[in-house]
Amino acid sequence: MPRWPKPAEDSWTEHYPELGTGTISFGDSTSPEFYELERDAIFKKAWLNVGRVEDLPRKGSYFTKEIQIANASVVVVRGMDDEVRAFHNICRHRGNKLVWDEFPREESRGFCRQFTCKYHGWRYDLEGNCTFVQQEGEFFDLDKADYGLAPVHCDVWNGFVFVNLDREPSQSVREFLGPMITALDEYPFHEMSERYDFAADNNSNWKVFADAFQEYYHVPALHPQQTPVAVRKPDMGVECAHFQIDGPHRLTTTGGVRRWNLPQEYMYPVEIATRSGLLGPWDAPDIEPLPAGLNPGGVEPWGITNFQIFPNLEILIYGNWYLVYRYWPTSSNTHHFEAYLAFPPARNVRERVEHECAAVMFKEFALQDAGMLGGTQAALETGVVDEFPLNDQEILVRHFHKTVADWVGAA
Amino acid sequence: MSPLLPPEFADLEPYAGQWCLATEAERFERRMASDMDEMGAFYAAFSPRLEEAIEFCDKYPLDELPDDVAHPLQLIHSLVMVSMAVEVFHQPKIVDAADAVLLRVREPRP
Repeated sequence: MPRWPKPAEDSWTEHYPELGTGTISFGDSTSPEFYELERDAIFKKAWLNVGRVEDLPRKGSYFTKEIQIANASVVVVRGMDDEVRAFHNICRHRGNKLVWDEFPREESRGFCRQFTCKYHGWRYDLEGNCTFVQQEGEFFDLDKADYGLAPVHCDVWNGFVFVNLDREPSQSVREFLGPMITALDEYPFHEMSERYDFAADNNSNWKVFADAFQEYYHVPALHPQQTPVAVRKPDMGVECAHFQIDGPHRLTTTGGVRRWNLPQEYMYPVEIATRSGLLGPWDAPDIEPLPAGLNPGGVEPWGITNFQIFPNLEILIYGNWYLVYRYWPTSSNTHHFEAYLAFPPARNVRERVEHECAAVMFKEFALQDAGMLGGTQAALETGVVDEFPLNDQEILVRHFHKTVADWVGAA
Repeated sequence: MSPLLPPEFADLEPYAGQWCLATEAERFERRMASDMDEMGAFYAAFSPRLEEAIEFCDKYPLDELPDDVAHPLQLIHSLVMVSMAVEVFHQPKIVDAADAVLLRVREPRP
């Protein structure tokens, strides 16, 4: 019997009839041809989150982002006027990659007053204007004003820096995010500036990986160690309290007793000792009031809300801290994974240890997902099976693949 | 060689050379290269004193920890790492993580 009420249609999936209830194919996650279609239809059309304003702490701070599927390298910089701008990372003279550190294919970050090309020394200010051409008189009627860096559409929503590689994006970032996501306008992401950043190159399609983080149905089977063995029950199920879809984006909310309010045998000794663990610090001050957008289903007691922002961004909000995942496709069966945990800065060693414990436990279980999903990819690629049933707890997986198909189909 | 830990934690000095490690990358690598006996001994010796160690470090402002206080904090971080092997997985490796790698590329210090 369900613990949480379902919509009048008796299931979350049927509440959104356009999703259907049939089997789905994962051919979109194995086909090199489909990957080629995703380039233009998704990654050169959608707003893509490349970082946070905290990654650009002062005037002249910059970072570069390699977006391989869109065949783009982008430099994002905070200008002298405090505006965040993005440019294609290409010198206008001979097409050299403009900003890089030790290796041109690696991302870089830092602080500068101007960008200087390593090849012939052309310079650009932080607003993208070409300001210096070596031996300018040797050129033929060259006007530096014609050779500014190629701009990339860039906008900031609640501290998240988005770029859009379309020539003319059809929507602003706010329109793209829509009401369900912008209901987080008041959430104080900026207060959580203590970051634990992770990166990985995984042997799975970006969607295969994202699928594991938009359902909790897999948790008891793949992550049994999240529950100490003494109280582990075989065949324990998982049920989310709320699901919601808005345009290409989706969310799910968990509810129920917080881990640390369970009897002690449901926690590991290290969690009890640090008063932290898988779900983060126990004693961190609550953020009051939490914006209504954090719990649109009105779930009580509220657990966490998992926002899946199309195409490749996930924000998981635990109340007083949050997690971000980004999935950057690099081929039909590989992707670059980025994740970070963000907390309000620790005020003392005790709080630092709480954060460390949460960051360590996060990695343990994320590695189980990453280890297994390489196997999922390999098995899918045999092509033997191409009809897969999804249950109501997996509605977001269903919606994700349908949205990807819709965007590719519409292009 | 001068001790890494302050006199209050002198009995843990035998573990300090192995486990006073400044980054998660080093602590994870050390865990993977250790056997359960080594980690079990460190865990058994230090777990009962974790609270005392946190209180000791917290006599100093977090951003101005002297070296001999940063070392106990590194040891605390290592205890958290080792607890995963001892309490959760009962082996150094994460069960079913296969050959997956997840690098912590940025973290606060200390």
